[in-house]
Formats: sequence, structure tokens, C-alpha cells
Amino acid sequence: MSRLRPTVLVVLLPALLTTGCHRSSVDAGKPLVRVGSKAMPENVLLGEMVAHLARVGGARVEEEGWLGDTSKAWNALLDGGIDVYCEYTGTLRQEVLSGEHLRGDAALEAALAKRGLRMSRPLGFSNSYAIAMRRQEAEAKGIHTISDLKSHSELKYGVSTAFQERADGWNGLRGRYGLPAPNPQGLDHALVYEALHQGKLDVADVYSTDPGVAQYDLQVLKDDLHYFPSYEAVLLYRADLEERAPDALRSMLRLQGAISEDAMREMNARVQLDGAPEVQVAAEFLADKLGLHVDYHVDTIVERIWARTLEHLLLVSVSLFLGVVVAVPLGVLAARRPWLGHGVLAVVGGVQTVPALALLVLLVVWLGLGAVPAIVALFCYSLLPIVRNTYTGLKDIAPTVRESADALGLSSYARLYLIDLPLASRSILAGVKTAAVITVGNATLGGLIGAGGYGLTILIGLNKNDWHLLLEGAIPAMALALLVQGLFEVAERFVVPKGLRLKPAR
Amino acid sequence: MLELQGVTKSYGGAPVLHRTDLALPAGRTTVLIGPSGCGKSTLVRLMAGLIQPDEGVVTFDGVEMTPAASRKLRQRIGFVVQDGGLFPHLTARGNVTLLARHLGWKPDRIRERLEELTELAHFPADRLDHYPAQMSGGQRQRVSLMRALMLDPPLLLLDEPLGALDPVIRSDLQADLRAAFHALHKTVVLVTHDLGEAGYLGDLLLLMQEGKIIQQDTFTNLIEKPADAFVTRFINAQRHPLALQEGPR
Repeated sequence: MSRLRPTVLVVLLPALLTTGCHRSSVDAGKPLVRVGSKAMPENVLLGEMVAHLARVGGARVEEEGWLGDTSKAWNALLDGGIDVYCEYTGTLRQEVLSGEHLRGDAALEAALAKRGLRMSRPLGFSNSYAIAMRRQEAEAKGIHTISDLKSHSELKYGVSTAFQERADGWNGLRGRYGLPAPNPQGLDHALVYEALHQGKLDVADVYSTDPGVAQYDLQVLKDDLHYFPSYEAVLLYRADLEERAPDALRSMLRLQGAISEDAMREMNARVQLDGAPEVQVAAEFLADKLGLHVDYHVDTIVERIWARTLEHLLLVSVSLFLGVVVAVPLGVLAARRPWLGHGVLAVVGGVQTVPALALLVLLVVWLGLGAVPAIVALFCYSLLPIVRNTYTGLKDIAPTVRESADALGLSSYARLYLIDLPLASRSILAGVKTAAVITVGNATLGGLIGAGGYGLTILIGLNKNDWHLLLEGAIPAMALALLVQGLFEVAERFVVPKGLRLKPAR
Repeated sequence: MLELQGVTKSYGGAPVLHRTDLALPAGRTTVLIGPSGCGKSTLVRLMAGLIQPDEGVVTFDGVEMTPAASRKLRQRIGFVVQDGGLFPHLTARGNVTLLARHLGWKPDRIRERLEELTELAHFPADRLDHYPAQMSGGQRQRVSLMRALMLDPPLLLLDEPLGALDPVIRSDLQADLRAAFHALHKTVVLVTHDLGEAGYLGDLLLLMQEGKIIQQDTFTNLIEKPADAFVTRFINAQRHPLALQEGPR
């Protein structure tokens, strides 16, 4: 619930914040622990366990789930946006810190300590990358090890996007084993199992704890050349947690050695195949394994949509408000100072050409995760339609009307609000409407960077390959866009002066 | 009143007004007349301070019309453009009273002045709450005149105020304008290309050609003692039954 950073909640929309971010007075004085997770179901499930345990340990918990790929979670941990998340040792060695060639645990711990981070003892299971095929086909062709693949150049390879890009990923594997398949098909990890099952692919990378391995009757090939490092799950946390929230930390560390690979695969199956909520599966595991009974609340669909709606509205309203406040004066300036006008329009138009994802990534590097970078990005994209329509609206005022206004001898400011802005109001409002509808759509990208909103639901739906969730995010987003459009049409009656809405007499 | 000394103006290198010296007679109506592009509209805009001369000075009651000074001075100059230039987002009342309200006039004073003006301009009082889009061309011009006169300025400038109107409405308005000019005793400058209108409304006519004032005279003298062949040609081309019937004043 509390994915909105308090810093952005300026003073603009206090009414929106009644549910999500209100802290009861009971929580005052408790240490704050921010629990993150990467955007993969298993990691989110582990995040829920950690969050439960931190609460049991007396902490006030903020959850920043579904943060995206490893680098997003890692950077959030480094800059203090989160205090703890679950990571895999292989990922740390081979990807995050691959430049440092860390062999033993001591070297890894030292490298983390340098960055103010600590790592727990292993949680008990390892979620390695593995190479899998349909069992039937593997048996028919007598393929048992990855080396066996070399003599079967007819096989179609698929590689999940993340694996393709990792330092310990596809290229290394292909080199070590001398595999054919120079150009494997890249696809999202969530789609790999379905693609193998349907025969669109013959060989692909999987996670060893994925429930899909059993569900789709896949054969994991033996890593006979020991290419894949071990990916033992550990908790990665900020060292200052030992002072800030020692009890909560001790509670969280009860997960050390507690989760077997079977248990993890079973829990993953419950979440990914049965659709059980992560928070519930996590609580049930803690009850079974550690004898801990934690209160949890599974959001109903209405609660979820409402929470995402509030987050989405916050992103849209704050960024649009800032957009109007900045863009209308820019448009006025552009219309009144032609030499400046071209510059303003060029800059604002240039901003529009930056791909949204690239801008988001840059802003996350600069501002961290959460609503702030999302609002900044949405603000940037709202500028062009408003600036341009303000500019055109002012430029389109009839020359005789403009001259009459000049002849009155009004001050520049009086002229602006008595004559120019009312006359340009229809055009300006149309610009704001365009910006609003664009912003509602663009705000779904906020889900990728921890800003919540409908985009989060869509992101989770994509990760779980769950089209119910996709629709649960996409339909409200479309409905909100239509609603916003309708509201602006109503607003036109109030904002645009009556004299401008009349048809000429003849 | 208003004086021009050594004023020139050109646009993009093309001269539209050659060196001009002129002093408007106070309390009289001066008509600028001439073919299209002769510089009469430029001259009236220079008088209003809407554009600045390239050379020379325009003074209003002894004060030079610099860009800085002209904004304040403009509140003492009424200006009517060809199609009225009404603000489409305001009613007739809103257009006429805009400046007075902005300057903080008391509502009573505004109402009184508005009543005087509706009477003077023969504007139907029940149309005061109509928007420009709901008015006829003639009504729009009457509102424009009322707006220009609201602050009771000593100088009134009209740039082809009747140019876009059909003949019947136009003649009604000409009569009303003449009556108003006589009643108000203001210094008036009116631009037209219609000689009949010029003779009917003007005390003094300024005939212009290609950025120069060719002849500055009464209507009678213009007809009877044309300064050169152009004047004769212009008059012959424009001879108007109404003007001949009414004759000069």
C-alpha cells in the first residue's frame, strides 16, 4: 500500500492520501524498515516473508515490491530507497559485482561491506539458471547433458531477455559448451514455459525453482561442464539496520536455512499456478515452518483497483498541475517573444522525442525509485501539447482584436488576463486535455519504477503471465483516460467564455 | 493637440510614409483619404502610438509618444478599427466598460456613462448583453464607437469604421457619426477611401498618395482648386451622388 514516497505528497492532494499513507499513532516510534523485491514472483513472495518477519520484530514496514530487474533493486538498496531484499549469490558474483571476480564468501562479504551492505547466511535453497527441454523429446533424442546439445543443430533455442543480457548468461554458456544456435529467439521469462510446451522452442533457460518445470514436464539438462554458478538465496540488507532495527533484523534472519528447494518450488507453484496471493502463501509458510502466526490482509480486487487508482491519480494530477503551471507561461512567452518562442518550442518538442523508458531510467539514476521520477517524466511529456496550444491560441487572436486591445492602453499583465488568455482559453484547454489523456496512459510506466498505479498491476500481470491481472490494470487505465476526456469536455462549458462558444449570427 | 514633425515610416525597406509634418486642428474632424496603400492607415496608427516612426516625433498635448509614454496616452485616445475589433468573449456592455472597470470606476458612474453612450450611438439598450457573435455589423461598429468613447477621450481615431458595411446601414451610421462628432466637439481623425463620406463627415480633408499628403484642404477647395492632376483624377473616379447632393459644409 505504501509505495508512495511521502516526499511527493507535497500539499497538493491531501484528500487522496487518506488510505495509503496514513500512519496510525501506534506506529510512531517504531523503526522503519523498507522491504524491496525484484519483479519476479519468487522474489516478491520472499519479500512478503521478510516484511511479515520485520513486523513481528517490531518494525514499521514499507514495501517496495516489483521493483524491476536486479539493477533497480540493487541501486535502491545502495541509495537507501530500500533496506533489504532477497538476492542470489550467483547474481551478485556474476552480474552485480562481476568486475571484482569474487571467489569465496569472505571476498563477497568484504565487497558488500565496502558498500555498507551485509548478506545473510543462505536461506536454504538455490534458484539457479538451468537449461531445459520437453522431457519426451530429450528422451527420444537421448539428450541428458548440455554437452549433448552440440550434436543436435536442428533444435530451436529460446533465451529469456534477462539471461541474454547477463554476464553469466547465454553468451558464456554458448562459448563454454560450443553450442550451435547463433541467434536464439529472445523472449520474456514468463513466456518461456508456454513456448517450450507448445513446441515453438525446443531448448530454453529456466529457473530451477520455477513450478513450470514440473507443470510442463520438462527435463532439466545436467550442467556437465559446471558453467552455472550456484545461486543461493540470501537476504541482502543495509548494515545500518543492525543499529536502526536490531530486533526486526534478528526476526528477518530467521529465514536463514529455513527454506528448502522443494518448499520454495511448492510455494512458487501455489502463487504462479494456483493464483494464491503472495502475502498469504508467505504467512502460511511462516506458520508451518517457524510457528509464527502473523496477521495479513489479502486485498480484494476492489481494494487493489482503488489503491492503484489513487496512486495513478496522484501521478497524473501532480504532474499535470505542474505541467499547466509551467507550460502556460512558457506558451505566453513563446507567443510574445518570437525569438524566444522558437527556442521554447524546439526544447519542449525535443523533450517529447526522448523515449519514455530511456527518460525513466535516467531519472531513476538521478532521483531514485518511486513517484518522484515518474512525476518528473510525466511532467516533461505534458509540456508540449500545453505550450503549443497556448502559443497557437494566442497567435490565432484576430489582428483587429489584438489591435483594439493595444489601443486600450492596458498594461501587459492586464491585457493577458482580461483579453488574451480568455480568448485563447479554448485552445489552451484542448492542450491540457491532450496532455491529461497522454499522462493517464504514460503513467502506467510508473509501475516499472515503484511509483505504483495501474502500471504496477499490468507489470505483475506480465510477470505472472496472468491476463486477468493485465486487464485489471489496462481496463481502469483506459476508463480513466475516457473519463478525463469527458471531464474536460464538461469543463469547457465553464472555462471557455460563452461569447466564444456562440455560432456567429450570420 | 496632436502633432507630427518630420515623421517617416517604412516596412521592410519600402517607404509607406514619406517625411510628414502635420498638426491636427483641435475640436475638428480631419479625414484621411486616398487610394488603398497610400499610407493613411499607417498615419492613423502612428497617431495612436500603435507603431513608432522611423524618424521624427509624434507629440500629444506636447508629450512625445514614445513606446513607454504611449500606453498611458492611449487611454486618452479612442480608437475604432474597420470591423470593430470587439472582444468576442465579452458582451456589448463588457466591451464598452472593460477599461473603466479595470481602472476602478464606481458602478454608478459606469452605468451613467453607458446610458449616455447608448443614446449617443443609437445602440438598442436591450442588446447590451449580446455577444459580438449575436450582433449585426452595424451594431458591432456602434459598440466599438461606444468603447472608444467610454473614457471621454479628447482624441478619437477611426480607421475605415464603415468600410465593411452595406450601403443603407452605412448611411445611417454616417449620419449618426456626424451628429456625434458635432455634439462632442472632439478632435477626430477618420480614415476612408470614400470621398462622399469624407466630405460629409470631415471639416478638413487630407488627400494622400504613395505615402505623401498631396492636398490638405476643405472639401470645396479640393473640388474647386485641386492641387494637381492626381487630385482631379481621384475626385472624378469617386464622385458620389450623396456627396454632391449634400454638398460641402
